[in-house]
Parts: sequence; structure tokens; C-alpha cells
Amino acid sequence: MSEGMPLFRGYEVVVGLEVHTQLLTKTKMFCRCDNRFGAPPNTLVCPVCLAHPGSLPVLNGQAVRLGIRAGLAAGCTVNPVSVFERKHYFYPDLPKGYQISQYAHPLLSGGSLRVRTSAGDRSIRIHRMHLEEDAGKNLHAGIPDKSHVDLNRAGVPLLEIVSEPDIRSPDEAVDYLKRLRQLLRATRVSDGNMEEGSFRCDINLSVRRPGAPFGTRVEIKNVNSFRFVHKAMLHEIDRQIDAIEAGETIRQETRLFDPSSGTTKPMRSKEEALDYRYFPDPDLPPLVADNVMVEEERQAMPELPERRVLRLVETLGLSVADAETIVGEEALAAYFEEGVALLETIPATRGGKGRDRWVSFVLSEVLRELNRRGEGVLTGPTATATTIPLIGKVVSGDLSFSQAKEVYQKAVEEGLDPLEIVSRSNLAQISGEGELLALVEAVLAENPAEVEAYRKGKDRLFAFFVGGVMKKSRGKANPEKVGEILREKLGSPAS
Amino acid sequence: MKNPYFGSLADFARGRDEGRFTLEEVTRYFLDRTRALSGEIHACLSVNDNAVNRARQLDNRLRREKAPSALTGYPLMVKDNMEVREMTTTCASRILEGYRSLRTATAVSRLLSLGAIILAKTNLDEFAMGSSTENSAFGPTRNPWDPSRVPGGSSGGSAAAVAAGITPLSLGSDTGGSIRQPAAFCGVIGVKPTYGRISRSGLVAFASSLDQIGPFAVEAEDALEAIVAMAGADPLDMTTAPRDPEEMRHDFQRTSLPELRLGIPAALFGEGLDGSIRERLAEVRRGLASQGVREEEVVLPHAAMGINVYYVLATSEAASNLCRFDGVRYGFRSAGSESLREMYEETRDKGFGLEVKRRILLGTFALSAGYQEAFYRQARKVQALIRQEFLEAFSRCDVIMTPTSPTPPFAFAEKTGDPLSMYLSDIYTITANLAGLPALSVPAGVDEKGLPVGVHLIGPPWSEGRLLAVAREIARQWPASMPRVHAMNGRDPIGVGGGRK
Repeated sequence: MSEGMPLFRGYEVVVGLEVHTQLLTKTKMFCRCDNRFGAPPNTLVCPVCLAHPGSLPVLNGQAVRLGIRAGLAAGCTVNPVSVFERKHYFYPDLPKGYQISQYAHPLLSGGSLRVRTSAGDRSIRIHRMHLEEDAGKNLHAGIPDKSHVDLNRAGVPLLEIVSEPDIRSPDEAVDYLKRLRQLLRATRVSDGNMEEGSFRCDINLSVRRPGAPFGTRVEIKNVNSFRFVHKAMLHEIDRQIDAIEAGETIRQETRLFDPSSGTTKPMRSKEEALDYRYFPDPDLPPLVADNVMVEEERQAMPELPERRVLRLVETLGLSVADAETIVGEEALAAYFEEGVALLETIPATRGGKGRDRWVSFVLSEVLRELNRRGEGVLTGPTATATTIPLIGKVVSGDLSFSQAKEVYQKAVEEGLDPLEIVSRSNLAQISGEGELLALVEAVLAENPAEVEAYRKGKDRLFAFFVGGVMKKSRGKANPEKVGEILREKLGSPAS
Repeated sequence: MKNPYFGSLADFARGRDEGRFTLEEVTRYFLDRTRALSGEIHACLSVNDNAVNRARQLDNRLRREKAPSALTGYPLMVKDNMEVREMTTTCASRILEGYRSLRTATAVSRLLSLGAIILAKTNLDEFAMGSSTENSAFGPTRNPWDPSRVPGGSSGGSAAAVAAGITPLSLGSDTGGSIRQPAAFCGVIGVKPTYGRISRSGLVAFASSLDQIGPFAVEAEDALEAIVAMAGADPLDMTTAPRDPEEMRHDFQRTSLPELRLGIPAALFGEGLDGSIRERLAEVRRGLASQGVREEEVVLPHAAMGINVYYVLATSEAASNLCRFDGVRYGFRSAGSESLREMYEETRDKGFGLEVKRRILLGTFALSAGYQEAFYRQARKVQALIRQEFLEAFSRCDVIMTPTSPTPPFAFAEKTGDPLSMYLSDIYTITANLAGLPALSVPAGVDEKGLPVGVHLIGPPWSEGRLLAVAREIARQWPASMPRVHAMNGRDPIGVGGGRK
């Protein structure tokens, strides 16, 4: 497996990732409290998730269903029987003093995910996925010398996804995480929102000389963005190699990533490791996988990102890179495909021409605004229903592409229908032959030296003339028609 | 059941429907008696201030409509490890002193929905850990038959309450014998149903895989009615089974003694068994034989290891279940701690009593890395063997009989210094919990000192109706006598002369 793997200062990096993702269930894992982010502290709680005496957990079937769906999407085996166990430790954000998790018998085993990096395509094996409950949150801000605990998150369903130690670089790790998140979003298993903590990652990392046995691994916790994953890994790789080269041995330990310094710091050593005293939770009978549910999920499986990229490449002629960019954002992909379907309903935009404009429009304008302003730009005044007619105007020659971009920008900023902006600002494109001819002639007359140079073979000046005409028309000229007239007027440059 | 109003649940229902008494009157009688005996017996930890109101409301309703159930208006006491909304649930522990419940246990709310009236919450060994009620943080309960002796435990308060006639019906919980052993010590019927028969929702967990709620009563029929009312699947407890409670009533009526095969595990009747208890048991066997019951000897090779297995499994689960009492969200919190760790340690050190701490330590050890294989997992394997042996035995017999307790009620402090000998008082009862089987204790007269002796019956899963039918026959042959405090001959401490209408 070592062949062709990236090396860092002559060492191979071995990484396994543990991802905790919150499930998009309506209610919590073991009670009927809402599973929702952002509510005032301790308002989504009940005797069960507060661990009041006498309360018992009742398993949320929807969480099981979403777990099965995620597993099937990644090619996992659904285990016929899995077991919830108790993992014990004391902390104020853990009301029962134990977390209900799956340990010896997880819901899902096996599976894999393809990653694509500069080093090529590779399959990262998934060891297991299991269900568990989230803990609450300790809050240290506010009153000095006091800590508070918010238990809204306590009992929120989590799927823990554990990879095999198949990852060999920070780039691969980030690509794996991005693709995993895509998969979870595409299947509506999780919103994958890292800022809200619904997609979290722990890194297990070791280094070794190529071909040598695995080194001692270090676990890095609390890495909550793709950028931090990359940063934490680079730092940890250097730290471990420095230690080895200084003749030290790597200690098996858990470290914490500190985003402010970009470094990892020791949290606890192997000797200090907690004894979690796992044992089967006697309140929850073994979970017997419901074959009907498994088959339902198998049948209802939506198109997965990898296949979707292929389809966009094959049927719409997108480049792989463009297709991956679009599929990488679930909401953008939906918007894009909705637009493609709409293009076919308008005669002017039917076929390849409208589609090419749409692809480039989505990848530049829409993507930029999405990143800047969020998913709101995909709905409302700039939904596909109003944005596609704008593209239609470009295809029919009523607007230049750059005008359309400006209009879109304005529509997003002002929250208006793009077509309204077009009609309001009298942006109709100049396509009339006579009007354009006059403009072209004026530009040529003003630049005799350039005309001379062009005719002598400096053909790059063609764009200069187009630009001149566009400027004179204040962007209203149809650039394609301008090109045609210019070519006619100037004739072919001498070769 | 010696009270001025009724002799059984059926008699109560008749009297109520015929207007022989009002529910308010009955409720006041039992509450007054409860208060009068609170010093001598100390069966209760709190009294329901709303009981008389509820009785009055029910009386009003009964003027307009027929009572929906025999249990409508029936007095009830609940062990203080079961939740009753707006009442305190202390588990007889400092760590929950003053804790008010947010909900009502499913078993209790099913009785309430039929109209039962909760009079009080009863005393217990702290978190149901003990066999004498001496481990209550709020003082022990005394045995109504002899106040120098323990009532058994952990449901000692509920057993003593029925024996002392301060309630005709009470609820206990049984993890290793905590209903049956005090029932035997107090001379009443106590039933531990099949695991999964009655919801544990609202029962503060001791050992979740063994805990089961059950009733104390004087008559087998009354215990049956209470179980039928409480039983059945509960969406709040995933370990309940979807069995029809009515099957128990059916079995109770259908069971015929002449066809019954009684299993006798003779090997368990040897060393450690009190002589007079052995004699009582022999008499009961003769009595049943006279009714045509046939005896079969059964062999339960691993039953003797029940105590060992139990004290690994129960303490493991208990150590886990009691983690939630950490001083963070409710209950007692030690003040003035310098750190989180210190707060945890001091809260749990001051909040829990000695026996609870002993079991938390045992259970933590049994589950810890490096020991789990030798203790917890090994115990689970033996548990499976014990269950298997019982199921095989039930292919040759219908009911297995043993003593409930190897000894009569013992004196206070007799065993507190020797936990092992205390643990051995559950030797006959523990295996039913380990195997998830229904079992009960029924009084069979008194020993030569005049102390009650209990006979223990174990049946195959879901055979509560059959067990109670046998108990009814034993009770018929040895009618329950009542202790001194229960007598009404002028020495009654509160005088109830004018009670009857």
C-alpha cells in the first residue's frame, strides 16, 4: 500500500478518522425532545435527557433508519443484531454519568469511500458506523468562577463513522471528510454543519518509515473545520517526526488542537486513559435490524454524489472538476439541476448553448454569492424560476453575459426579481445591425494605428476593438454581433 | 384483613357500591392509623396530603356514576423508589432528600387511572439495597409482629404497612427478593412478576435487568387484581413484553390443584435452613398433597451460585445506574467544593449511605478493565445456565417450592456488621430474578416463636396466575393471622369504634 504514497520528510503518515455526525431526526435519540440547534439553553429537555431518577431510554426508530441509510450509502453491512452499551465517565454535560453508545456490536460494519487527490483515486475503507447519543455543552462564559451546562444537545442522535487507518496525507483527510459530508447531505442523514457541531472529527495519526510497522498513534480531538484538520495534521506530523529524529519515543496519548496557535497540546496520556466500563445497557434490548426498513432504505436510496458527478459529466458534458464543485454543495447541485430542467422548457435556451451559459453562470456568479451569503440566494427572487429567464435573455442576444451577471448581482443585493431590474434599467442589448455598424466604424476611425497593426498581423488586437465598442455602447452591445461586424470590416489579419 | 370496613378488595368494592361507607371515611381511617403507628412501625416516609381530597372527589363522582373498577377508591401505599408526580421520591437516601417527582411511574399511574388512592410512600433500604430496611437514611421500619425485629427488605415499609393494617395494598420492587423476603417476614403475600410484565418506567433503577415492581396484599385475589391493573407493554419501557394481562386472571381461575406438579429442589433444603421453617414447609407440602398435588424432585445445579452471580450483576448495574446522582442537576450537592472533582466526591460521599457505597465499589470493580471478563461476563454466563436449568425443570413441574427466607425475621443490628450473612437471606429468592421468572411469597402460619413463615413459589415465565392460585390454596389452609398492632380489641392505638356505618 506504501507505493506511490506521499512522504513527509521521508516519513509516511498513517491516519484514521472518527467522525461524529448529528442525525436529522425530529427528536432526540432516546426521548421525544426536539432535536434542534440554537434554542435557549435547557429548553429542549425532559426527565429522560436530564437523567432524572426513574426515567428510561426509548430508542428513536428514525435514528436507526438514518444510520442504516448512511451505512448502505457507504457500502456497509447492516448487522442483524447490534447492542447499545453504556460508556461511563463523570462530566457535568453527561447527565446519566454514562453515554449510551454501541461498542462490541455496531449497527454497521465495513464499507468504503473513494477519495480523489493529486495522488489519484483511492478507496478509504470504513471500519464501522454506530449509533450513540451526544452530550450537552458546558458554558464557561458569563458569571465569573461559575460554569453552566446546557443540556439541549444531550441525547441528540449521533452516528460515529470510523475509518480504517488508510489515509496518508492531510489533503486526503480533508477530501475524505468533504466526500463523507457530501454523502451524508445527499442522503439527508445529516446537515453536516460544522459551525453548529453537527459534523465533528477526531484524528488518529502516526508516522513511520515506508514499509515499517505502524508507529504509535496519537489522537487529536476538537478539530472542527476542514482547515483545522489540515493544520492540525501538518503540525502533528512535524511534531512526531521532530520527536523521532531527536531520538524520543512517541507517547500514546490524546491531544487537543488549539486553533489560536495552530498546535496540538497534550490532554491525557494512555496511563490516564479513562476506564469506561462498557457493558450492555439493560434498559435497551438488542437492536434487531428490521429487514423491511433496510430494504425500504435500499430502494429509496437517492443518487449518490459519485454517481451524480459521473452523470453530469456524461450527460451534460461538464468537466469532472466543474461537476465535483457543483455536487460538492448539495443545495447548489439541486439548484443547478433544477435550472437545467427549466432551460429545456424555454425554446431559446433549449440545447447546448443555454446550458453552457448556465454552467458558467452557476460556477461563477451563483457559487460566489452562495459562499458569501448562504443558501438564501438559491430561493426567493433569485430562484431558478427567475434566474433562468435571465440566461434566456443572454442566449437570445437581448443581454450580454456581463450585463446578466451585473443584473444578477444587483438582484441578490436588493432582493429583487432579475427581470424587473432588466426592464427598470432599460438594459436591452443593442443588436440592431445599423446601430452596431455605426459604433464599430466610430471605434475603428478613432484608432487608425491599431487598425494598421491588426491588419499587419497583430490579431490579438481584435479583443481591443470589441472592448472599445462595448465601452462605447455602455455594455449594451451584443458582443457576438460586434465580433461579426468587426471581422467583416477588418478582414482577416495578414499571416 | 382486619379493618372496620372490609375484608378483601371484592368486599371493599361491594361495600363501596352498596354505600356501606364513603371513600373519605375509609381514607381517613387508614391515614389516621398510619399517623398513629408512624412512631411504632415507621413504615412511611411521606404522606399524601391530597388523599382525602381525592377520596372526596371520587365519592362525589360515585354519586353520579358507577365505579369503573374494584380498585376505585382503594387505599394504596407506594415504595418510595417509585415516582408519584408532585410527591417526594427519596429512595430513603440523603442524596434525594426532598426531591419531587416530575412524573408518575407507569405502574402507579395505571392504578391511579382506575381510581386507587395513594396514602403514603413507604420506607426502604436506601436505593432498595438491603434485606432489613435498616439501610434507610431516615431510620428503619419495625416488624409489626415484633418491633425488635426487622421487617425484611428492601421493601420493608410496604410489607410492614400491609401487616400493620395501615393499608390493604402496597407496592414494592424486587431485585433479588426485596418483595418476597419482607412479605415472608411480615406475614403477607408479596409477588414479583415475570421480568417485563410490569413497566419499570418511574421506578428508580437499582439493577435494571432484575428489577420488577409487584404488590403486597393479604389475599391472593387482591394481589392478582393489582398486577393485572399494572401489567402490559409500556411505550416508556422497552423491556416490557406485549402480554395480555388478562391471561393471569384466566390462569388463576383455571389452575386445578389435583393436576398440579410441585417441584421440590431438595438439594436447597439443607444447610443454613432454619428448622422450624423446614417443618412449616413440610406441613404445607402435606396439605397440598392432600389436595392431589403431586411432588417432583427437581435439580438446579447452579442455583447455589445465585448469590455470587447476583452480587456481581446487580452491583455492576447499580454502580452504573447511580452515576446520575452527581449533584449537578437535582438532589443533594455538597457545598463549598473547590473543584468539580471534589464536588462529585463529597456529594456522593455524604449523599450515599455505607451499603450503597459498598455496592458501587463492588460494581465498579466488577466492570473495570481487566476484571470484567472474570466477574461480570462470567456471571452473565452462569446466569444463562441458571435460567436454562429452571426452564428445563419446568418441563417436569408446574411450580417450584422453596422457603422464602432461610431464617425467621432477625433482630435489629443482628446482621448489619456481616454483609455476607445479610446477603444470604436472599438465597432462595435471587434465582427468580436472575432467571426473570415470576415468584411470590405466601404466609403459611407462624413458627414456634409466633413469627410468620413464608413459602416461596416460582413458576415459568408468565405464570403469575397459576402461582397465585396455589397461594390462594395455601392461604385457605393457613389463614393469615395478624400481628398485635393489627388487632382491634380495644388496644388499637387510635380506636376505630365508630368506623362502620
